[in-house]
Formats: sequence, structure tokens, C-alpha cells
Amino acid sequence: MSMQQMTTNQRLSRTIQQIPPSGIRRFFELASSMEGVVSLGVGEPDFVTPWHMREAAITSLERGYTAYTSNSGMYELREEICRYLSSSFGVGYNPNNEVLITVGASEGIDIALRALLDPGDEVLVVEPCYVSYDPVVRLAGGVPVAVRTSLEDQFKLTPEQLEAQITDRTKAIIFCFPNNPTGSIMTKEELNALARVIEKHDLIVISDEIYAELTYDTEHTSFASLLGMKDRTILLSGFSKAFAMTGWRIGYAAGPEDIIQAMVKIHQYTMLCAPIMGQIAALEALRHGMDDKNRMVESYRQRRNYIVKAFGQIGLTCHKPEGAFYAFPSIASSGMTAEDFAEQLILEQKVAVVPGSVFGDGGALHIRCSYATSMENLEIAIDRMDQFLQKHK
Amino acid sequence: MEREKQRELLHILEENGRRSAETIATMLGTSIEEVKETIEKLEKEKIIIKYPAIVNWEKVDENDLVTAMIDVKVTPKREVGFDEIAERIYRFPEVQSVYLMSGAYDLSVVIEGKTMRQVAQFVSEKLSALDSVISTTTHFILKKYKHDGVILEKPEDDKRMVVTP
Repeated sequence: MSMQQMTTNQRLSRTIQQIPPSGIRRFFELASSMEGVVSLGVGEPDFVTPWHMREAAITSLERGYTAYTSNSGMYELREEICRYLSSSFGVGYNPNNEVLITVGASEGIDIALRALLDPGDEVLVVEPCYVSYDPVVRLAGGVPVAVRTSLEDQFKLTPEQLEAQITDRTKAIIFCFPNNPTGSIMTKEELNALARVIEKHDLIVISDEIYAELTYDTEHTSFASLLGMKDRTILLSGFSKAFAMTGWRIGYAAGPEDIIQAMVKIHQYTMLCAPIMGQIAALEALRHGMDDKNRMVESYRQRRNYIVKAFGQIGLTCHKPEGAFYAFPSIASSGMTAEDFAEQLILEQKVAVVPGSVFGDGGALHIRCSYATSMENLEIAIDRMDQFLQKHK
Repeated sequence: MEREKQRELLHILEENGRRSAETIATMLGTSIEEVKETIEKLEKEKIIIKYPAIVNWEKVDENDLVTAMIDVKVTPKREVGFDEIAERIYRFPEVQSVYLMSGAYDLSVVIEGKTMRQVAQFVSEKLSALDSVISTTTHFILKKYKHDGVILEKPEDDKRMVVTP
């Protein structure tokens, strides 16, 4: 037998080889190696998890809660999530079989796709979108098909854009509103128009609603709450953004029993269950954390107002984001690509932003700026970006 | 300005009293005039009382003030209750704050002095000498960790990565 080792190409699966590494990896290393960087590149709250939730987790450890929970997650937490979804968004679920606690909403997206897809099934991915959608569709054996939204439509998805990409092989659609990276939201009427197309073509909807609590001008509409949509929608959410709990990795999926139970199957053979301390902290968040959430939202809204106006003043076209904590200004006027812009900006002015191209081709001439940072930092960043733009006129 | 916005404005000022009316107006999505008018009104109504700076004196070597919290038991007077004696006490310039308390004693008085001796002198010669004062217990502050909602010791570092997707 030959002692010759397999080459990397032989060792790795074709699927994984075809997935490019994250577009911001090189950029991230550059940013991390520099001192004094003001960062608008961070996709997470600048608040630390409110103390009482941390305290709940500490107390649970002291009491010895260190074991597995049920595969689907603690029953109490599932029950609390159902109560919350029903009172906040008017969509009712059964905690026994229609809810699964996941390791972050990310795991929920992954196992939802794995539960749904056969090799070759197409999944519509509404772009610009969170960087992982396209790769996780591929990892699940599916074929991602981009549906582009544009600045002209305020990055909302129109029924026409949707319908244009549907084929016989389209199985599902995945979208996120309020959106990362654009901050766009969809109103109930706009979602209803999509629902009619989705019904007509019998699609399953993976609705990432992780930013549902972070809206500034109107209330969030949950896709599952629309007429006839609950039975074809997997609602994904979690605690990371609303309660500043990114590191805890607690999310959930709610949906029709058959799909959720299929997801439980994958989850129980891979993750087993979400970490118990995180689940206990999440329970505390839902029971007593709404005031904390409101305080954070109020602060994001103020910063959103500030950064959008400031972008206008320094000459960057930016639509007003109505949710999440990102602004997505166009940098077309600079004549640079988003990568060049972001790289030059950090090298010359030490401001970190994320090039919009990593969120899909639709974001190519934009940069994502997170305003989840202090007003002082925002003011410095705007000042420096102003100088940068003056120089590169 | 509507109530909700007014409350937000107060929070912004409480967090940073030096923010310009223009920035505040942008943050709240309202006009500069409205912000200016509201601040003026809030000042007149004594809702905004003062714009102090929170100083970490421990970092300023030459200014080594001592602070003491004094529990004071007093005899309340007919008609005016505790108000009269509280007023007599807060008029002293050394006194930083006076609170009426429930529990083991009546008034909590915070004194600031240049030296421990100065504080001791104030307590024995001025405070204890007041007619209504029955007894005092003086506690010196050894170290300030958090003051008026601000953590003095270590500023909270941003523990996040510089860029995340």
C-alpha cells in the first residue's frame, strides 16, 4: 500500500472546497493588528448582558445546574418563548412540539435547511444578507439562488423580484428583516404581497427574525403571523441582539410540528441541547429583561438618527435604516470598490467598516457601519470618514 | 416636546451634559429650537438642576479630599418635622448632601473636608452642637468605586472583536 498522503484536494469534500472563505477574513486580520481603531465593524450590541441575566446564570451554576437539558431545550424556556411570540407578534405555538431551543439562531438556520433540502433543491437567498446564508445552503446540499434587493427599493424585497427567480426546483426562501446589513424592514402590507407569491409557488419560508426587537419607527411583523403562513414558515430568532447576549449562543426555531421535529432529530444527533446556563439566562431575559431591551433600543435609535444625518452631511448617500443596528451607505461616489474603500479607510484613518460586497453582489458599492457603539466613537468615526472623503474626492 | 422625547433628552444630558443641542436634536429626530426650548423649560422648572462634572479626585494628587457619611439622630419639631433641622444642616458649605432616612437614624449627611481633622471638627463643633441633634456616627469613605452611576475604577473595555460579519 502506498504511503503517499492524500492531497488537500483529495482529503476535503468537494462541497467544502467550493465554499470560499469569509470575505472579510483578511480585512479582519488587518483591523485586529492595528491600535486605536474606531470600529463600526462590529455586528453585536456594545452593551454587556444586563447584570440580572448574568446573575441568573451564576446562581444556576452555584446550585449545580450543569447537566444536559431536554433535546428541545428547557420546557420552561420554550413555554416562555411561546408566551412571548404570542403576545408580541400574535402568533401562537405549542411549546411541546413546535419550538426548539438552538445554539444561536445560526444553528437554527443550518438545521432548518438540512431538514428541508434534498441535493439540488434551490433556495432563494434575499441579498444583501448575512454572510452565512449562501454557504449553509450549500453545506446542506442545496443550491443558493440570489434574489437581489436594491437601494432604490430601500432594500425591501418586491413580489416581482421574488417571482423572477422561482423555478420548479425552488423549495424554500430565506430572508432576514429587519435586515443585516441594510437595516431595512418590511411592513405587514409588503410582506402580505410576498406571501401571495410564496403561497402560489408552495415555498417554505425561513424567516430570520433575530433583529425583531430592534425596530425604531414601526413595530415588527412576524412572517408567520400572516394569514396562512404559519404552516409554511420557520421562525428563527434568539437572544443575542435584543438582550446583548451574543456569546451565550441561545436561539430558537418555531414552526410547524413536522419540520420542527425533523430539526430536533438533527439537533439531538449533533448538538444534543443548547448549554443550560445560557438557557437559564435567556429565561431571565424574557421574564425580566424587557426594560433593559427598551433602554438599549432607545439608545440605538438616537445613534441611528445621528449617523444617518451625519452620512448625509459628509456626502454619503444612506437610506434610513428602520431596524437592526446597521447603516448601509453607498460609497459609489468615491469611485472605489467597497473592499478598497474599507481597506484605505482603516489604513489612513483607523476606522473599521465592513465592505458591503461580503453580503452578496447587491452590496458591492456599499459599506456596512454598525452604530452599536458609543456616541463618542460615532462622532470620531464620522469626523475621520469626512477627512477621508475630502482627500479622495 | 412630548413626554417620551423629554425623558430621552434628560437621559442624554445625564449621560453627557456637554452634548450640543444640534446633536441632541439629531439623536431625537426633532428640531434644534425645540431642544433648546425644552432644555430652558426643564432648567426653569428645576428638573435640570445643574450640570456637574464627575471628577475622579484620586487621580488629582494635590487635591486629596476626605468624604464622610454621618448618621444623625435628631428630635423632630412640631409643625416643621425634620425639615427645619435638615435645612440648618444643609446650609453649611461643608455639607454635600442631606437625606431623610428610615431606620436606625434620621438624617444621612455627607461631608467633604480637606483633612480628617477638619471633618471631625465640623462634626463635633457644628453638627453635634445643634439643639435638635441627639447623636452622630461618622463613617469615612476609604475608596470610591462607583459614584453617581459612574464606575470610577476601571472603564469598561470593549471586549468585542474589531470586525464581525
